[in-house]
Amino acid sequence: MDLRFLVQLGIIGLTFFMLINASALLVYAERKVMGFMQQRYGPYLVGPHGLLQPLADILKLLMKEELRPKGADRWLFTLAPILSVTAAFAAFATVPWGAETTLFGLLDEPVKLGAADVNVGVLVVFAITSMGVYGIVLAGWSSNSKYSLLGGLRSAAQMISYELSYATAIAAVILLAGSMSIREIVDGQAGSWFSIVPTWYVFLQPLGFIIYMIAGVAETNRAPFDFPEAEQELVAGYNTEYSSVRFALFPQAEYINMTTMAAVATDLYLGGWHGPFLPVEYGWIWFLVKVGAILFLYIWVRWTVPRYRYDQLMKFGWKWLFPAAVVNLILTAAAVLYFNA
Amino acid sequence: MPETLVFYLLSGLAIVASALVIGQRNPMYSVLLLVASFGALAGLYIQLDAPFVAVAQIIIYAGAVMVLFLFVVMLLNAPQEDAAEWDRTHPLRIPAFARFGALLALLLVVQLVWALLTAAGTGAPVAARAGSETVSSVRALGRTLFTDYVFAFEATSILILVAMVGAVVLARREGDQA
Repeated sequence: MDLRFLVQLGIIGLTFFMLINASALLVYAERKVMGFMQQRYGPYLVGPHGLLQPLADILKLLMKEELRPKGADRWLFTLAPILSVTAAFAAFATVPWGAETTLFGLLDEPVKLGAADVNVGVLVVFAITSMGVYGIVLAGWSSNSKYSLLGGLRSAAQMISYELSYATAIAAVILLAGSMSIREIVDGQAGSWFSIVPTWYVFLQPLGFIIYMIAGVAETNRAPFDFPEAEQELVAGYNTEYSSVRFALFPQAEYINMTTMAAVATDLYLGGWHGPFLPVEYGWIWFLVKVGAILFLYIWVRWTVPRYRYDQLMKFGWKWLFPAAVVNLILTAAAVLYFNA
Repeated sequence: MPETLVFYLLSGLAIVASALVIGQRNPMYSVLLLVASFGALAGLYIQLDAPFVAVAQIIIYAGAVMVLFLFVVMLLNAPQEDAAEWDRTHPLRIPAFARFGALLALLLVVQLVWALLTAAGTGAPVAARAGSETVSSVRALGRTLFTDYVFAFEATSILILVAMVGAVVLARREGDQA
């Protein structure tokens, strides 16, 4: 019992540690991939191949002076980045990242790899990610600057619009799996058709997967949907007035949100830790590979697709993405009803 | 008794935050305190073994409705409420109205106390009460909602739809073709 408790605590700590590292690694990966796509090296001076660049960035930011505009709201200005990063970390709490394991026979009963297992896990992730918008909106409002305010307003409108499509796409997966527990959804994807094609929901839900990915990019404020910080029109949007560590927390929250989005996509659509060649105890390797692939896609999209116009974003979200998600949901419900009857 | 401690913590947070909502001059703070109050309520639902209700509370109220509120407050960029101006003109300053309001508040408190005293089984643990497994399971909750309470459910849906159509009609300007 005691050992089990310690192991569970260790898993939670490891999840946290990995998330922090994911954000640092993503900063590096983003700059490196961007560099290659623009035919240059990217960071290469600090450490081997520039690997220590994120560390240098963080050290530099720690040394900077913390500024607060004179007209800023003191409390909310401080609270906003904290809210942002807290929501980002908390959202990963119910995302499982590996099968049950006994740690090579160390434990009598297997433990589940993942911080917590809740029977409404999908909804918990969704609920906490939707709280992340407060950080951005408050940062925009409390800075008392027009660029920040516009960024915050855009963020609120964008998140409300794309959350709907996002949730509707997930609802179709819940229908297929017949469960809201992410672990059960992943276990429903074990096996393969004709021992060639794995039974991942991405093959049953191709439209749903595309909708999820598009809405996911919009939810995390990434290009081509990065309106809250569109630098050509808003300087840096909601985080214009921030500096030092407070500023650093915003990109960190963004990168962790990206990781969560990719991890949930892996769990819901790409079979989580199930994959060929590896025994299921080592499934977390597959999980990491799949999350990495999706994150690479994210970065790839950012540096190849130009930004939309703001009215185009709204029109696309409400007139195309959301109806498509609803049609997808109705078709899935009909199919589930037909094949289960 | 960690559960009791958590219960009092969450209840206290909900009550204090709700009370502070009214006391704020700045509408931005009111919105945020209301969010905090909703969050504490969600925690109480979890303690009542109803995780789905808790998550729905956060998604719908804290995540969607309050973001919309925040959006409106920011868009209007409402200044601090000016106390001096409405001190004399505000209808609540008329003594008769104020007394009537106090009477209504008193009535509400009496009703709440009466309801608490007469309702059966409020002291019993949640798991021992009838229907507790319905609340904790999403499947059972959905089944109950779409069989026993289907009329209420559909009636509410139509009501919301009518309100939505009404809002769109009201928001549209005359001669607007879009």
